[in-house]
Amino acid sequence: MKIAVCVKQVPDAAATKRIDPGTKRLDRSGEGSLNPVDANAVEEALRIRDASGEGEVVLVSLGPEKALDSLRKALAMGADRALLISDSEAAGSDLVATSSLLAKALEREGADLVLFGQQASDSDGAVLWAAVAERLRLPLISQAAELTVAGGAVTGKRQTEFGYDVIRAPLPAVVAVADSINEPRYPSLKGIMGAKKKQQDVLSLADLGIEPERAGTTGSRTEVLALSDPPPRGETRKLEDDGTGAEKIVEFLVEKRLV
Amino acid sequence: MSVVVFLEHHEGELQKGSLGILAKAGQLGGEVAGVVLGSGVEELAAGAGRYGASTVYVADDAKLEAPLPQPRVDVLAQLVEEKGIETVLFAQSILSADLAAGLAARLDAGLNWQLVDIATQDGAVVGKQSALGDSVLVDVGWTSTPRLALFRAGIADPVETGGTATVEKLDVTFQEHSLAAEMLEQAHEESSGPSIEDADIIVAGGRGLGAPEGFGMIEELAKALGGAVAATRAVVDAGWYPYSAQVGQTGKNVSPVLYVACGISGAIQHKVGMQGSKVIVAINKDPNAPIFEFADLGIVGDVQTIVPKLTELVRARKG
Repeated sequence: MKIAVCVKQVPDAAATKRIDPGTKRLDRSGEGSLNPVDANAVEEALRIRDASGEGEVVLVSLGPEKALDSLRKALAMGADRALLISDSEAAGSDLVATSSLLAKALEREGADLVLFGQQASDSDGAVLWAAVAERLRLPLISQAAELTVAGGAVTGKRQTEFGYDVIRAPLPAVVAVADSINEPRYPSLKGIMGAKKKQQDVLSLADLGIEPERAGTTGSRTEVLALSDPPPRGETRKLEDDGTGAEKIVEFLVEKRLV
Repeated sequence: MSVVVFLEHHEGELQKGSLGILAKAGQLGGEVAGVVLGSGVEELAAGAGRYGASTVYVADDAKLEAPLPQPRVDVLAQLVEEKGIETVLFAQSILSADLAAGLAARLDAGLNWQLVDIATQDGAVVGKQSALGDSVLVDVGWTSTPRLALFRAGIADPVETGGTATVEKLDVTFQEHSLAAEMLEQAHEESSGPSIEDADIIVAGGRGLGAPEGFGMIEELAKALGGAVAATRAVVDAGWYPYSAQVGQTGKNVSPVLYVACGISGAIQHKVGMQGSKVIVAINKDPNAPIFEFADLGIVGDVQTIVPKLTELVRARKG
């Protein structure tokens, strides 16, 4: 069983995220880390690989070369090798461009299962896997909170707005997992030491046979025009409870004519 | 300009979120069409006329019975290409997000998401995207048509126009990979008490309640205020409260007049589901909880003492 996991380096959670006013793109110059829910996808891939007793977990990512730092964290968890698409022409790729670059790399890998973490912490977006599944012309299960692989198919249980769904798809398939699916393991010291020696390929667009027009801003169909401060939500008040907290709330509700 | 809104439905009802987008679409000028996909949905589709759709495209097929995105990509791609649709709008949901992204890949069409508004400025369509945990508002555009836009749910209320729509049936053909995924089971939890989506007042509980029993006092307060009870994903995952009450990214989007958040930190995943509330009151013992950044009134204190006292005071006031 060959499993590809699409992962992303995002600005570290501790850092204040900002958009560069010049490029109008997210400032990625600071410390980066593995997108948190991607660790759940890696964990799930390792479990499936280990349960099947054979196979390989390949990380696939798109980003600047320093994203290798985050890929090594996933290699330290136990993934077998990593493939990073890195090219200055790819910077600023939107969904249309990103999905086509990732699909190219994934086609080359020909994995039985492609996993994603359900959400990127830096873009609040939750859409990439569906675009990649479409480009690969593979079935899709998103939001999976439980996953089983058996008999040439993957079955996912997920939460929806209305309850639970159970969806089955024949392999190969694309699955996005929710962070409730598992508890990602911490890399062992041995894993961390071993990660550096694992195969890490950095591929350019040319290496993947992608025309530069498909990537970056020319390959994108959306653009950022301007940035502004969000409208203020009105006054926010924060008070320490000095024993009259409940009274303060009631006064406030009366003032707003809510009781 | 030709604009189509994807109208999601559940158990025979068009969803409020997408009907709100229908109203929003009217602001772009020109006529607005809706599209309803499903099995046995023709009558439902006609109902969208009351909310401002002049035309409703309908694909009625057993293969569209389960709410799976990929067969819907096939239908929308054909609709966009045959009718020359320039703009397709979606209200955020699990189904809509996957559908919009699949359609973007199929048509090589730009998709902007997390939109809170859309308008025509100097002849160009511009979306307003709320980004980085609502700390910045980004004007986003499209460099080609069709344009695809995914809105946060609850950013616009449905408006009854009392009109009627022309229903136009679509013939559809499906691609093999689009039909490969199969829905084996759908379990729908029914909530007791008022639905949180329709409630004017919501009292919500999170991890800060400490234990499942904490929802007892949340229910009491909700009863005193005449509201419904909601919960965060963390406590639903922990089995403290039913999923039907979950508010947030993987739950429901609500926009009540009053939202009382008890023991809720206000992580972005929860915030996106309730930030449309008119008035937000928060009680949390952590002074650094993000909820205090957007609560109209925040009390830093212990929910265990404040909530029961608040219930008492509200009851006394209401007599």
